[in-house]
Amino acid sequence: MSGEDRCSEMSEDDEGPSPSDLTNRNRNGDSCSPFPDQVLENVLESVLCFLTSRRDRNAASLVCKSWYRAEALTRSEVFIGNCYAISPRRVTDRFRGVNSVVIKGKPRFADFSLLPPDWGAHFTPWGTAMADAYRALEKLYLKRMSITYNDLALLACSFPVFKELVLVCCDGFGTSGLAVVASQCRQLRVLDLMESDVADDEVDWISCFPENETCLQSLIFDCVDCPINFEALEQLVARSPSLRKLRLNQHISLWQLHRLMSRAPQLTHLGTGSFSPSEVVSQNDQELNYDSAFAACKSLVCLSGFREIVPDYLPAIYPVCDNLTSLNFSYANINDEQLKSVIRHCRKLQIFWVLDSICDEGLQAVAATCKDLRELRVFPIDAREDIEGPVSEIGLQAISEGCRRLQSILYFCQRMTNAAVIAMSKNCPDLVAFRLCIMGRHRPDHITGEPMDEGFGAIVKNCKKLTRLAVSGLLTDKAFGYIGEYGKLVRTLSVAFAGDSDMGLKYVLEGCPRLQKLEIRDSPFGDLALSSGLHHYYNMRFLWMSSCKVTRRGCEVIARQFPRLVVEVFNSEEQEGRETGDYIGTLYMYRSLEGPRADAPEFVHIL
Amino acid sequence: MEMERPVNLENELNLKATELRLGLPGNDDQPEKQYSSRSIRSINKRFSSEMYTESDAQKGDHQDPSPATKAQVVGWPPVRSYRRNVLQPKKAEADGAGMYVKVSMDGAPYLRKIDLKVYQSYSELLNALEDMFKCTIGVYSEREGYNGSDYAPTYEDKDGDWMLVGDVPWEMFMTSCKRLRIMKGSEAKGLGCL
Repeated sequence: MSGEDRCSEMSEDDEGPSPSDLTNRNRNGDSCSPFPDQVLENVLESVLCFLTSRRDRNAASLVCKSWYRAEALTRSEVFIGNCYAISPRRVTDRFRGVNSVVIKGKPRFADFSLLPPDWGAHFTPWGTAMADAYRALEKLYLKRMSITYNDLALLACSFPVFKELVLVCCDGFGTSGLAVVASQCRQLRVLDLMESDVADDEVDWISCFPENETCLQSLIFDCVDCPINFEALEQLVARSPSLRKLRLNQHISLWQLHRLMSRAPQLTHLGTGSFSPSEVVSQNDQELNYDSAFAACKSLVCLSGFREIVPDYLPAIYPVCDNLTSLNFSYANINDEQLKSVIRHCRKLQIFWVLDSICDEGLQAVAATCKDLRELRVFPIDAREDIEGPVSEIGLQAISEGCRRLQSILYFCQRMTNAAVIAMSKNCPDLVAFRLCIMGRHRPDHITGEPMDEGFGAIVKNCKKLTRLAVSGLLTDKAFGYIGEYGKLVRTLSVAFAGDSDMGLKYVLEGCPRLQKLEIRDSPFGDLALSSGLHHYYNMRFLWMSSCKVTRRGCEVIARQFPRLVVEVFNSEEQEGRETGDYIGTLYMYRSLEGPRADAPEFVHIL
Repeated sequence: MEMERPVNLENELNLKATELRLGLPGNDDQPEKQYSSRSIRSINKRFSSEMYTESDAQKGDHQDPSPATKAQVVGWPPVRSYRRNVLQPKKAEADGAGMYVKVSMDGAPYLRKIDLKVYQSYSELLNALEDMFKCTIGVYSEREGYNGSDYAPTYEDKDGDWMLVGDVPWEMFMTSCKRLRIMKGSEAKGLGCL
C-alpha cells in the first residue's frame, strides 16, 4: 500500500483545453460517440485488468488522477501489510471492486511471546467494513490477526460467493467458528488453517460441510489440535472430487490415513497426521499395506505431518519420494539413518523442513541427493541454549556444497563457524533469505573464537539477491557495517543479542535503502541510533526494538516530528521486573495514515 | 574484508597460544582482534548486565567461552510455542523442558496451556485450575470422584483413555497425562473408578 502514502504528491491531469473539448459535451451528457477521455479510460481499465502485481498497480495509480481512478476501479486484490497502517473505510472507499483481500496484523516477534496478548490486530473492523462494501468477496487471507467467532459468522453470511479462507498464525476463535464457515459458505474451495491457535469448542465442524458434493480443493487443519469425527471426514473426502490438498492433524492415525488416501488418490499435497498406529490396536493395523496407499497417489508432490511418527512405517512413503518437491519432517523425531532411507529417493526435492535430530550426517545425505533444493529449514528438537546440538557448521557446509541452487535457509544450531557461513555465501549465490540462529546468545565462531562478523559479512557481500537476513551469535558493530555497506537489497532484518553500540544500527539505517521490516531485541542500540533513521522511517513497514537502550524521550522526539508514524511503547511482564531505568521495554513503530489506533490496550502508550 | 584462509584451524590455534607478544594475552590493541574468553566476557557485560546470572561473572579462564547456565529468556531461541510444546511431552525426562498440556473446560470458548511440572500435587493443580477457569472443582474422593461439584477434572492418558484426575498416583499422572478437560459434573459420572 505504499501508493497510498504518496497520493498527496500525485500530479494532476493536464486540465488545459484541447480541440476535442470544444466539440464534445461533458462525460455525463448525451452523445453518440464516446469522448476521447472516456475512451482512454475504457482502454485503461481493460489494460489494467492485466496488471496483477500490486507494485505495478501502485505505480500506475500515481501517473495521474484518471489513472488513479481507473486503477482503483479495477483492482481486485488488495494487500494490507499492516492492518493499522490504514483504516478499513479508506480501503473500501478507494477500491470498490475487490474480491480478494490479504491482511497482516501483529509483528512477527509476537510468535515468540514478545507481544503481550490482547495487543490488537482485531479483524472485526475489517470484517464489518467488508461485509458492507465487498459483497462479492471470494478470498480472504489473514496473517497474525485475532478473529472471533462473531467475525467468522459475519463472514459466513455476508459473502455469498466466498471461496477461500486462509488463516496463518491467527487466534481468537475455535472449532465453532470453523463449523459456521463450513456450513454456510457453500462455495468454499479452500479452508486452510496454518500455525493458528484454534480452540477446541468440542464442535464437530467436519460434519458441517454441505451434504452434497463439495467444491473443496484444499482442507488444511494440521494445527487444529482437536479430535475429529473420522467417519464424517471420510465421507467428506469421498464427496469432494476436487480435493487436492489435505493436511490432517495429529489425531488421525495411520489406519485412518490409509482409508482417506484410498478415497482421494488424486491428492497432490498430503499432511499425514500422526503417522502412527492408534493406541487401540486393531487387527486392521497388521493387515494394511500402507505403501500401496502411497503408491496409488501418483500426483503427490508435497508431504508433511508425521506428528508422532513411528519410524518403522517410514518405508510406506518410498513410492512417492521420486516425485516429491516438498517434504516437511519438522515434527518427525527421526535419526540420520532413518532419514537417509527416505531422502536418497528424493531427487526432485525443492523444499525440505526437518528436525536437527537427523544430525550433520543427515544433512550430508540431503546434500548428496537433493541437488535442486531451494528451501531448507532445520528446527531444533530441543530449543535450549546450553546443550550439545546435533547439527553444526559441518551440516551447513555440506548443504552449501551439495545444494547450489539454495534460495532460502533457516538453520538452528548450537555452534557455527565463519568458514562455513562464508562457504555458503560463495556456493549458494541465489540465496534470497539467510536466517541463521546460533541458539547460544553471543556465541563466537567455536573454532577460532572470533565473532561471526566475517561470516555474515560474506553473506551480504556475495549473495547479491539477498532480501531477508536474520543474524545471531557474537556480533560486533563490524557485522552491521558490512550489512549497511553490502546489503543493498535487504528488506527484512532480524537482530537479537548483537552489536556493541549505536553505530551498529546506524550503519544499517543509513546503508540499507530497501529496508522495510526491522526487528531488534536485546541489543545495545539507543536514541542516537534511532535518530539516524529519520530519513527512512516513512519507507518502512515497521521498526521493532525491544530490550534495547532506547529512552522514552528518544521516542517522543520521533513521534513529534513525524505525524504519519505511530510510535507504540510498552513493557512486557518480563521487562517490568527488570532494572531498566530510563529505557523503555518495547518500541513498535509503523507508518500509518490513521494516527494512533483507538483499540490500543492500556499497557500500550502511543506517543 | 577479511576472509578466512582455508588453513587447518587447529594448528593455527596452537600457534597463537604459544605466540610471544608484548602485553597481556587477550588485550585488543592489535588491529586484528583476537577474542579470548576474557574479552568476550567484557563485551557481553558491556551493555546489559541483567542478562547474565552470577555464574557467568565468576566464570574465570575457561577456554570454552559459552557460560554454563544462563537465565532462560522469553522468546529465545525463536521457536514458536506450538513447535516446542508438541515435542515436549516426548522428552518429559529431560530437565527443565516443561510439560505442557492443553486444558479445556466445557462451555468455555478458550483453551489454556499449563506446565504440569510447576505443580507438586493434585491439590496445587486443582487450585490452579479453579483460578484459571473461575470454577469450583471440589474435592476428589476415591469412591465418589467429584460428585457434588459443578465440574470434574478429567484427563486423557497415553493410551487415549479418559480418566478422572486423582485416580492414579500423582507421579503416574504427570507422566501419562496428555491433556486435561474440565467436564461438567453431570457428565463425568461414568469415569470414576468404583
